[in-house]
Parts: sequence; structure tokens; C-alpha cells
Amino acid sequence: MNASLADTADLVPPMRKSGVGADRAFQWITAGAAWLVLLLLGGVAVAMAWGGRLAFQTFGWGFVTGKDWDVVAGKFGAFVPIYGTLVTSAIALIIAVPVSIGIALFLTDIAPRWSRGPIAIAIELLAAIPSIIYGMWGLFIFAPFMAAHVEPWLGNHLGNKMLIGPLFSGPPIGIGMLTAGIVLGIMVIPFIASVAREVFSAVPAPLKESAVALGSTRWEILSRVTLPYTRSAVIGAVFLGLGRALGETMAVTFVLGNAHDLSASLLMPSNSIAAAIANEFTEADTDLYRSSLIALGFLLFVVTFIVLTIAKLLLLRLNRQFGRTN
Amino acid sequence: MNRMLIALPLAALLVACNSNAGKQGSAGQSAQVTGAGSTFVYPVLSAWAADYQKQGGALINYQSIGSGGGISQVKAGTVDFGATDQPLASDDLAKSNLAQFPVVIGGIVAVVNVPGLEAGKLKLTGPLLADIYAGKVKSWNDPVIAKLNPGVTLPGANVAVVHRSDGSGTTFNFTHYLAQVSPTWKSGPGEGKTVNWPTGVGGKGNEGVAAYVKQLPNALGYVEYAYVIQNKMTYAQLQNSAGTFVSPSADSFSAAAESADWKNAKDFNLVMTNAPGQNAYPITATTFILMPKQPKDKAKSDAAIAFFKNALEKGQDQAKKLDYVPLPAALVQQIESYISTNVK
Repeated sequence: MNASLADTADLVPPMRKSGVGADRAFQWITAGAAWLVLLLLGGVAVAMAWGGRLAFQTFGWGFVTGKDWDVVAGKFGAFVPIYGTLVTSAIALIIAVPVSIGIALFLTDIAPRWSRGPIAIAIELLAAIPSIIYGMWGLFIFAPFMAAHVEPWLGNHLGNKMLIGPLFSGPPIGIGMLTAGIVLGIMVIPFIASVAREVFSAVPAPLKESAVALGSTRWEILSRVTLPYTRSAVIGAVFLGLGRALGETMAVTFVLGNAHDLSASLLMPSNSIAAAIANEFTEADTDLYRSSLIALGFLLFVVTFIVLTIAKLLLLRLNRQFGRTN
Repeated sequence: MNRMLIALPLAALLVACNSNAGKQGSAGQSAQVTGAGSTFVYPVLSAWAADYQKQGGALINYQSIGSGGGISQVKAGTVDFGATDQPLASDDLAKSNLAQFPVVIGGIVAVVNVPGLEAGKLKLTGPLLADIYAGKVKSWNDPVIAKLNPGVTLPGANVAVVHRSDGSGTTFNFTHYLAQVSPTWKSGPGEGKTVNWPTGVGGKGNEGVAAYVKQLPNALGYVEYAYVIQNKMTYAQLQNSAGTFVSPSADSFSAAAESADWKNAKDFNLVMTNAPGQNAYPITATTFILMPKQPKDKAKSDAAIAFFKNALEKGQDQAKKLDYVPLPAALVQQIESYISTNVK
């Protein structure tokens, strides 16, 4: 990056008349590109709110808090899909964040030099697999495995514990929030891991060397030097992954069970916003039904926005606490 | 680099313009008929269209976007015909000035995955099916199931109920049947392309339900007949309104079509579930074609009618090959006289 900037600086000829004009035009084009994104974003939000206005007018706040999704009776409430979306994404992050950071650390500090390239490429290839493939793999291979081996064990060992018991009770059918969350976790690992690897390798060597000289273990180097130094970039990567998990559609549709039921158990089927829209849009033949689905899309927008805002605030607080910004 | 940045979007724009122009151009030709709607009818309709074109007929362009989409597009006049799995009522048709007639019949089959159980050995009744889908009958060894199936060993496991997650004509016909035979289902979840299922997991499309049923031990689901045949699934016998237990087959679907009271159904507004015949299969699905009574483009409308006439008269073999059931001859005659009096 720095090198290429320096190169272009060398290449810029002494200002000519036409050069000034071209430079200004270029400035306008880049500014236009940036503003276009904001404009599109605003346009999409407004269009979805407008499309969903019938649902919001009919149900008011009840649309967000309502647990019913009864097409026959024309009653729509988005609580179950919102809950399913948040829970599956949370499971995905709980799995993906430690694994991704582990991968990144291994690749930058621990792995033999010859193996770093191939492993890094393999992880980036994971990101190139279409989500429908993850969905089919999840349904045909992973869900039966969960039903036969993992979920019975969870039910027997954790299902009767205090507090967490209700999370792991229910019939082990292999399709539900836990399976969907794990598949999502695998899907977001490459996003988080590749960014984390980039920033970990950008940590100045003298910093790490000094820590080694002070007798730090690998864990201490990670927790006291690497992570604090790269904190904002790593959190950025995590939220990139979270953004993907929140909006993922096909893979979730296959393994989530698509049932508008509210259940505390992670083993039970649920629904997510994106999956509900994908499933039901083709046959949404009343105005209210269609409007409710568009309103669901708007809510996904709002949920994502809220989550990202919280992330930004968290980052600001962390930076203030540690007295530095980057 | 600069030039590339500008050139790329420009090129994309040009391509987009061109393809739009191409679409408009070809739609302008009178020989091409466009239709949209039901996904259920898509395989047979596209096979008919290919055959028809080979015989020198018009080009039929059908988009399987779902019945709801088909209805709204034909009402808006953007397509020459729509196809729906749920018939429209006569007053709705009159309001939009549309004609409606059936083209093909299929069956909806209850499929199970109980270890050791052979196809056709399990017997179910309509009210029992409704109770299982309502979550009232939970276990395979429930006394109600055992009483119907003496000599069949069923596990003590819970029934893993599978339904469709997407809106579909299959679900409409299935729930329409449940509502007819079970008063509690009628007042509870009711009938529709999507209902508020009291229990179970939802699979996307027939293939999704078929996959779930095959994956989940002790599962019960419902799929179109073609999926049962192609995937060699374990189906259940159903008791019809005459009291006979019938297996799903082309013959029992035909028996249902023949015994249904088409003569007195205005605009063919008839859902054929729970048909009265002795050997009639109780859950069948019919796809209906919707066409404007006073078409804007007479040539295209005529081409579409010629296509459907050809399909109804000569397309039976093709339909059977794809595991659909062609309409009985008497019904085909009724449809043809309906078209000639209604579509101008």
C-alpha cells in the first residue's frame, strides 16, 4: 500500500493545465462513488420502509414484538425471525471468533514458514464456496451427524443442568438453531481469519521481540501485544463476519427448520428474517402478507444497523479506556 | 486505471441496454406466448411447450414464479396466461375479466420414514393426519394409529412432522383436505398456501420436504407424487370419503378426477380433494390456467389456446411420463366448449 502510493507520487508530472482539470475530475468521480453508496443505502432503506408501511400501520409495534405469523388469519409478528436471526448469529460468532484468531495467530507466528501460504489460501477458498453448498452440506451431512452424535450427548449431559438445561432439551432432530449457528460459524471463519492474519502480520517485529526478551509466553504476546495493537481491526473483522451471518439466507434456510415457533432450546427449529423472506415471497399473494415480508427486510436493516452501532460504541469505549486511538 | 474505472460501468450499462432492447424486441413477435405462475405445473408445461414447438407451433415461454405471482401478472396483463394451483372464485374472475380452466392433475402423498416399514403398509385416515399435524397425536405407537394398523410394528418414538416452509399450492391442497375432514383443523390452522403450523419443521420445496423426511428417523411429510416415485419414498395409504384405503397411483388420481363434480363447478372453481369415488385418492392437486376473456393481443391469446388444446388432446403420454395425471376425456370436452364460449 505505502509503496504504491510512493510510486504514484513519483509518477505525477509537474502540474500542467490539463492535469489540474483531470485531477479535479478524478476527485469528483471518487467522491461520487463514495456518495453513491450512501445514496443507495438511504434509497434502499426508504424503499423498504415504504413497502412495509402497510404492515407497520396495521400492527404498529406489535409487528416487532408479536410472536404470531399466521398467514391464514392475516396476523404477522416478526419476533420469532428476529430472535432466530440474532441467536444463530451469536452462536456463529461464539464459534468463529476464537477459531479465527487461533488460525490467524498460528499462521503469523507459529506455523512453519512453508506451510503458511497453502493454509492461508485454503482458508480464503472457504470464503469462495457458494452459500447453497454450505446449506446442502449442512442438510445432508452435518445435520444427520448432529442428530446422531452431538445432540443426544448435549441432551443427556447438559439438558438437565440448571440454567443452561432448557437450551439443550428437546428431540435431537439435527435441524435447528444450533446446527444453523455452527454452519454459519464455519461460513464466517474465513472472513475473520483472513483479516486477522493480515493485521497480525502487520504488528511491528520489534514489539514482539521485546516481549520475547522480557520472557513472555506465546499467550502473553498474543494477549498483551498483538491483540491490543490490532484491536480495532480485529473487531472490525468480527463485525464483517457478523454482518454476513445476520444476512445469510440459503445455508440457514436449509438447516434452520423454518418454523415460526419460539423455543428456548437451541436444538429446536426456528426461523430467520432472511430465510423467511426467501421462503415465502413467491406465494405472498395478499398485500398485507407482501408488505409484512418487506417490513421484515426493513427490520433486518435496522437490526444490522443497531448491532454495528453498538460495535462502534464498544470500540470507542475500549480505545478511550486504553488511552489510544487507531 | 482511470479510464478502466469509467469504461467498465459504461460497458455494463451498454450491455444492460442491449439485453433490454432484445427482450422487448422478441416479446413484440406475435408467435411467442408468455405465461407465469405455478411451479407444480412447470415440468409438464415445459415438456408440452417443447413438443408443441417441434410440431411447428408457437413458442411458449413459461416462468415458474409461483401461483401468487402468476395471478397478479395475468391480472396486470403482463403475461398471456397465468397458472395457479388454487382456483379463483367466480366473482374474482369476473372482476378481473378472466377465464379459468384446469390442465393437469397430480397427487399429494403422505410419506414416512419409519425404520423397517415398507411402502404402502401404513394406513392413515384424514382426521388422524390432521391430528398428527396439529401435534395432538405425538407418537407412532399411539392407540389410534395402532388400531388402524394391526400387525404393523411401529416404534414408540415421536412423529417428526415435516411441512413446507415456502408458500405452495401443494400445501394449499393438503390443508384444504385436512380442513374438510377435521373440524378442529378448519377452525385451527385452516387452509392456505402457508398456514401457521402447530408443530414440525419446514422444508423448502418438495425436494426440501423429501430430504427432511429421508434424513429424520420417524418423520412424516407430504410431497407431490412425482417425488415419491423418483426418490422411492415410503408412502402411506389414505382412507377416502367412501371408506376405502387407497394407495397413491395414476389410477386412483384418475378415479378422483372422474368422480369430482366438474359439471356443476362454475368456472371450474373446484378443489378436488376428498373426492367421492370408491377408489378415488383423497388428496389431489389441480393446476388451473387463467386467461383474459377479452385479450389485448388476440393473436397471442389464440396461440395460447391452440397450445392448451393440443396439450389436453395429445399431451397425455407426456404428462404420464412425468407422473402427472391427464384430465378425463369428458372434462377436456367441457373445457374446450368453455374456452370457445368465454375467451373472445
